[in-house]
Amino acid sequence: MTAVETPTLAALEQSYLTMQRIRAFEAKAMELFAEKYIRGSVHPYTGQEAIAVGVCEALRAGDYITSTHRGHGHCIAKGLELRPMMAEITGRATGYCKGRGGSMHITAMRHGMLGADAIVAGSLAMAVGAAYGLRLQGRDGVVVAFFGDGAAQQGIFHEAANLASVLSAPVVFVCENNQWAISTPISCAIKIENIAERAPGYGFPGEVVDGNDVLAVREVAQRAVDRARAGEGPTLIEAKTYRITPHSAATPMDNRDPEELAHWRERDPIGRLARRLVEEGSVTDARLEELALQAHAEVEDAAAWALDSPYPDASDAIEDVYAPAEWLTPGRLS
Amino acid sequence: MADALNEALREEMTADPSVLVIGEDIARHGGLFRVTAGLLDEFGPGRVIDSPISEAAITGFGAGGALIGCRPVVELQISDFVSLAMDQLVNHAAKWRYMSGGQVSVPLVVRGPISNAIGMAAQHSQTLEAWFVHAPGLVVIMPSTAYDAKGLLKSAIRDDNPVLILEKRLLYSRKSAVPTDEYVVPIGVADVKREGSDATVVAAGSSTHLALQAARQLARDGVELEVVDPRTLKPLDIETIVDSVRKTGRLIVVNEGARAGGFASEVVARTLDHVAISELRATPVRVTAKDTPIPYSASLEREVLPSLDDVLAAVSEVMRD
Repeated sequence: MTAVETPTLAALEQSYLTMQRIRAFEAKAMELFAEKYIRGSVHPYTGQEAIAVGVCEALRAGDYITSTHRGHGHCIAKGLELRPMMAEITGRATGYCKGRGGSMHITAMRHGMLGADAIVAGSLAMAVGAAYGLRLQGRDGVVVAFFGDGAAQQGIFHEAANLASVLSAPVVFVCENNQWAISTPISCAIKIENIAERAPGYGFPGEVVDGNDVLAVREVAQRAVDRARAGEGPTLIEAKTYRITPHSAATPMDNRDPEELAHWRERDPIGRLARRLVEEGSVTDARLEELALQAHAEVEDAAAWALDSPYPDASDAIEDVYAPAEWLTPGRLS
Repeated sequence: MADALNEALREEMTADPSVLVIGEDIARHGGLFRVTAGLLDEFGPGRVIDSPISEAAITGFGAGGALIGCRPVVELQISDFVSLAMDQLVNHAAKWRYMSGGQVSVPLVVRGPISNAIGMAAQHSQTLEAWFVHAPGLVVIMPSTAYDAKGLLKSAIRDDNPVLILEKRLLYSRKSAVPTDEYVVPIGVADVKREGSDATVVAAGSSTHLALQAARQLARDGVELEVVDPRTLKPLDIETIVDSVRKTGRLIVVNEGARAGGFASEVVARTLDHVAISELRATPVRVTAKDTPIPYSASLEREVLPSLDDVLAAVSEVMRD
């Protein structure tokens, strides 16, 4: 096992900036939803930023991720650009998926983003297949599958975890336990303390980490990624966290205890990193403010660019159902 | 036909190192019906994978591998088990290209046997092609001969789209000539298995043989059936079907799927998109399974599945004028 290096000050500032980008992106997305620029819904990642950022910092070029309906944070942490992301969720032709996917389905292959999946555990088996395929091709890439605590209760979680184990696939399962599946508390969904406890049952390690501590997440993720890359098989990371917004823009009701919410707001991952940077490092409040403003400006630029972009031509609706093929001639399909 | 499928896999795995196969009992055992026999020895455990009993995971595994450039072939031990993999096949493999705005393709093959007519009862005997013809993004193939099966599987592996191949188990042991030279059967091209002038019978898979049997019998009475085997159900070669129906003026569709919302209904509707009622000499007739689960006992299963008598009765009906 390789030792995990202590991040440099520049790296910590980068983590802070990325987390602020995610926070600002989600705030803007909620605003654009309220203004009806965004259809359907938005599932904000607010409060969970340390997980995507900490995990993706353990990855390198040639590594891949899969994500969920609550996927904007993973995309930003993996290095996707804000402009085509914002264009995608506002349904523009300049979006990553030409406006076909929307908020829940951002894919960006050139950034190693295999796709966000609105079937909560749906991408886990695909992540295993992609990871196995990388190894078969002689590439040393690793695939990280992000999913939530709710998803761990779907059957494909079990099948994918077991298959990954027997094939020693270079995959890391990252379960973001935000403790609520819309309105159902985790205590109603599982009878064990930690989802990570299931991992030994599949024959690989499970680790619980404070998902609101970006440094702790990064350290655990680096170990798991190194392990996968070395051919030692999968790891299940359970990052304990909390979403501090309602489930989605389209379902603003929230039955959670305000005291619980307040408790978690105090443990906000961005505030925690900020305090650490100021107390332990040489970072000033002014520098942090500068980074937050930079993130905000980038998001505003992305939104303006997106809203200035054209909608897709209606004729584009029937494109890309199939990959090019000799048989694909007009009138063939219906 | 099983040997022909095996040859197709061997040839494509030899030609293209990105092809791999995964399924239950397919490596050490060579597949319950021997379609993957010998592949483990030739290509090794990295590309010929015995999987746990996890139909959803192996289908998703195939889709994920396809995303990064592999060409996985997933065997469903019995095609009915596709219901366990439905989300991975229809909600993932079939949609990933479209949802990504064309960034990715999913060159995945999922194949498995239809095990009806041999007493395997309701959960091993379904003919489910209609579910998948209804799913945008999928290609659906149902071969009737060893020649077609080999040529179509080779095309399916080379195609950049997710392809489902439904193989009739009773046809696995059926022999037909297969050339020794390399060949493929193109996707989306029907084959007129028998020419005739009186009525068109559209039938794929084992139904093709039922139609041919009826044709041979009726020829003795001077009635000439034209048997069109679409081979690919989606994309459907509607031109060949329409040309035949224009020639004969009569259409019968034989299909072992359940009647309601079935593939036979689709063929009739698609034909009527192109052929005016006034061009027809009789109302089109569907010969299908009954709308029941497939029963176990032989007398019951015979009653539910389309029979030679059902096809003959359909011909009498369209020839009545």
